[in-house]
Amino acid sequence: MTADTTSRTNPNDGAELFGLVASFDKIDEFLEAVTKVRDAGFSKWDTHTPFVVHGLDAAMGIKPTKLPFLVFGAGLTGCTAGIALQWFTNAVDYPFLISGKPIFSLPANIPVAFEMTILFAAISALVGMLAFNGLPQLSHPLHSSRLMKRATDDKFLISIEAADPKFELVKTHELLESLGPLAVEVVEV
Amino acid sequence: MSASIPVSNHLDNTTDDPTRRAPLIVGDNDFHSVTEAVCGIVEMPKTPPAWWIAFFISVSLTGVLFAMITYLITTGVGVWGLQTPVAWGWAIVNFVFWVGIGHAGTLISAILFLLRQRWRTSINRFAEGMTIFAVCCAGIFPGIHVGRVWVAYWLAPLPNQMSMWPNFRSPLLWDVFAVGTYATVSLLFWYMGMIPDLASIRDRAKSKIRWFIYGILSLGWRSSNRHWHRFEMAYLLLAALATPLVLSVHSVVSFDFAVSIIPGWHTTIFPPYFVAGAIFSGFAMVVTLVIPTRKFFHLEEIITLRHLESMSKIMLATGMMVGLAYSTEFFIAWYSGNAYESFAFLNRAFGPYAWAYWIMVSCNVLVPQIFWVKKFRTNLVVLWVASILINVGMWFERFVIVVSSLSRDFLPSSWGYYTPSIVDVMTFVGSFGLFMTLFLLFVRFLPIVGMAEVKGVMPQAHLKDVAALGHGDYHGDILTEKGEV
Repeated sequence: MTADTTSRTNPNDGAELFGLVASFDKIDEFLEAVTKVRDAGFSKWDTHTPFVVHGLDAAMGIKPTKLPFLVFGAGLTGCTAGIALQWFTNAVDYPFLISGKPIFSLPANIPVAFEMTILFAAISALVGMLAFNGLPQLSHPLHSSRLMKRATDDKFLISIEAADPKFELVKTHELLESLGPLAVEVVEV
Repeated sequence: MSASIPVSNHLDNTTDDPTRRAPLIVGDNDFHSVTEAVCGIVEMPKTPPAWWIAFFISVSLTGVLFAMITYLITTGVGVWGLQTPVAWGWAIVNFVFWVGIGHAGTLISAILFLLRQRWRTSINRFAEGMTIFAVCCAGIFPGIHVGRVWVAYWLAPLPNQMSMWPNFRSPLLWDVFAVGTYATVSLLFWYMGMIPDLASIRDRAKSKIRWFIYGILSLGWRSSNRHWHRFEMAYLLLAALATPLVLSVHSVVSFDFAVSIIPGWHTTIFPPYFVAGAIFSGFAMVVTLVIPTRKFFHLEEIITLRHLESMSKIMLATGMMVGLAYSTEFFIAWYSGNAYESFAFLNRAFGPYAWAYWIMVSCNVLVPQIFWVKKFRTNLVVLWVASILINVGMWFERFVIVVSSLSRDFLPSSWGYYTPSIVDVMTFVGSFGLFMTLFLLFVRFLPIVGMAEVKGVMPQAHLKDVAALGHGDYHGDILTEKGEV
């Protein structure tokens, strides 16, 4: 449920309020607004853009993700699993000689170990990305925001959650209005 | 040079003016018009009749494919033209052909991404989709080639009642892992890139059912930059993983041949030769599909003439690599002094399969030479016909490799001439039906252009005020008031 943008009526009930959303048209203005929101000291806020906006991570002060470490670990696991699988099946559980070749030799086992490395790492990259992002999350208050509909199209949004300790409906609303947005919307839970 | 080519309309962005960067998207487009153009295809209230006609033909051919497979399984591999000494026939040719086609998708999505070739954004989704469908077709052939299809699961290292395990020293098993991994990773890459675009369709949905289906498919994506941030990293990692993967897949496919001792197969040149050929054929297939699609769905401003021209340049380059490989094979056959090897290559060019060999050489080496001329690179009819000829040539390349080597190996008394049966032919034709069916469903129901990526390379996506940083192509980091990033 969304409130009208022009309506400043406070729902008075903090639990009912998710936060505020402001939308912007131009990247330059948007990035400037983002730095201002960051410098105002909010912690539970976010930006929503139709594509990856370069420089936005720095503007928001987002730290680098730990995803590469997860993927590296998964790749190592895959490699180990690949080698262990070949060693166990062909050298331990059912050893059989093929044209006098060694029962277990690394060169012959590289392709499968390599493919397993890639497979594990790639799956962990997607699953890890989704897990770190808390996706899939099919139900979220922002999905009912009217302005958010354009965040996958052509508008750039800033959302500030009411749960943020610095959030005060009137003051935060004024802050967002002062940044020159197209519109500001109150989003309820 | 460019002066002789008149810029007839706004769609022509192929002039190479060194003083300015050619636009990746032409026309008067903004972010919203890109969304409209791409989502509009999915949102068409009525499916165009031409789509239905194409779909009907494709589904019928898919029916032929499955009828042939059923006939094969219920009767036995004798329905194919396979006969000693040629025990690998069209099925393996088709397998290599289809896997190869897939490679362009991964090249465009992964390798060009790592190389920061930003023109890839308009065609990468399309090419990735093509990869998946080609790999689906490819996977069928070795599966039905095993003879007793109902025990095809023996290919996988599964515990079974015989307490036996597959032989991991065999390239055929490497192939199972390579193609399996390739199919999985391609699918992940394709789907992940599509999540933001599926969310675009969800947010524009007018009907409840569309909103529901695309809502689930987009996993609740809310374009959050905290999500984008990890998304971009995951995308980069997948690209970095898919790059060696795609090179490995066709290398492993080539090991199926190269690790054997058959003259004409037993060569070290095979992995790079196969990979270059795969990319060559894959780009040709992308061109074959993209020219009618962009015309039909009016995507000329997003998939521009320059994209097609760039692809024809890649076809020219890879075609010459393939040509180099053909001549290197001949040189080595002579230089090695190995009588069987020399014979195998003379036999290819002048033996009973000489007709196939010269079709291959004409289509793969001679046809791409026209792309030296800009007029041909930018002429859609010429480009389209050439792309089809290239794929014909690439199919014949695999045919020549597989069949000519097997039909005449060491012992003249066991030589033979292989002819496919009608079942072989119809199975191959049917696989095109499956490919086109999947492709048509894709263009109708999924975003065929990566909107989020295209928007990111549009001029509007860049800061106006970055001249001070001195990089023409700089995306621009926002500066704090103190002037630091």
